[in-house]
Amino acid sequence: MSDTVVKSNEVKTALKGFIVSNFLFGQGSLKFDDADSFLEKGIIDSTGILELISYLEETYTINIEDDELIPENLDSVNAVDAFVLRKLNGEDSANR
Amino acid sequence: MRTAETVFNRKSLKIDAASETERICRWIRETIAFKMKRQGAVVALSGGIDSSTVAALCVRALGPEKVLGLQMPEQHSSEDTLELSRGVAEHFGIEAVHQDITEVLKSLGCYSRQETAFRRLIPEYAAGWRAKIVLPGVLESGQLRLFSLVAVSPECREIKKRLDHKSYLEIVAATNFKQRVRKMFEYYHADRLNYAVTGTPNRLEYDQGFFVKLGDGAADIKPIAHLYKSQVYQLAEYLGVPEEIRSRPPTTDTYSLPQSQEEFYFSLSYEKMDLCLYGKNKGIPRDQVAFAAGINLEQLDRVYADIEQKRRTTAYLHMTPQLVENVL
Repeated sequence: MSDTVVKSNEVKTALKGFIVSNFLFGQGSLKFDDADSFLEKGIIDSTGILELISYLEETYTINIEDDELIPENLDSVNAVDAFVLRKLNGEDSANR
Repeated sequence: MRTAETVFNRKSLKIDAASETERICRWIRETIAFKMKRQGAVVALSGGIDSSTVAALCVRALGPEKVLGLQMPEQHSSEDTLELSRGVAEHFGIEAVHQDITEVLKSLGCYSRQETAFRRLIPEYAAGWRAKIVLPGVLESGQLRLFSLVAVSPECREIKKRLDHKSYLEIVAATNFKQRVRKMFEYYHADRLNYAVTGTPNRLEYDQGFFVKLGDGAADIKPIAHLYKSQVYQLAEYLGVPEEIRSRPPTTDTYSLPQSQEEFYFSLSYEKMDLCLYGKNKGIPRDQVAFAAGINLEQLDRVYADIEQKRRTTAYLHMTPQLVENVL
């Protein structure tokens, strides 16, 4: 298993834990797939996206720039996972 | 040959102002008298087109002696708010009570709580600075639409910072005191006179949740919530709302820096927003809506997605208190 896969699983697991504990009171009854849009599926709303951004910046010590605030980076488990890994690997701008 | 321009355009939102006025006035009379057993209406006058039109409708429906206007400026209100709202009251011959809410807001910590949150983001923020929160435009990019704080120093130096979750919620919570204090005074006067309280949202505001729950969102009747903004202007003209009100750009009049409704919430001019929301609601072909609004199909898709997102995010604002089971 590559280092990237390990990190990917870590990001996804932590993210899903954050969503379930923070937005769903720990109840896993709302099922969602890794590719589901947070916003379109009503998993979290735009205020929740703000909280997600704070969570990602604090957890992974990254700066998320304004031009990175796009659904392709933040609107699903898969999108966030790929985005965080790119940031951690220095592939996006403003990586600390 | 029929072109997109001839099929759907601004004229599609044209209403018969006379018959619509008659329909609304009949509804106001029946609702207030028969359903609510109240004897008049309280209208909070902001000097804007919506509250002025509602005041005019209530006067026509109930008579000027049965309508009370309230002017409730605070220290961040624009200078012409009071003069314009006084002019509306005089024009329609209604009594107007002036209640400055600045001291109440100070006691509640509205301004100090706002400033604490402002300073967390912009440490330089101090006395004499002014601020507002703004959203990025929906037409320019597909960026998630998250608020930024804009602050301007007394020397006109502008600083803009993206709002974090905590600061955003704190600023909105503190600012919402304004709408809730106003509503408290509206119900005070309604209670003492046995009147009903009017709400003044137009359709764009009601549909998109542009109101404060238990603030300006609270009311006994909302007579223009079914009308698109351009239809409110048509009604206002028919009802004789003064030209200076009808020609004034819509503002929020909520933060210390002037703030258009476009930059605060809709991200689109009301004319374009009217066409897009109407087109979406009526199932008008997308190419016709885009053509009428002067935008491309990609931009229209972003506008539609934003409309849906706002409906989802603000569904809570429309909810009445939820019960475990039906009681009455």
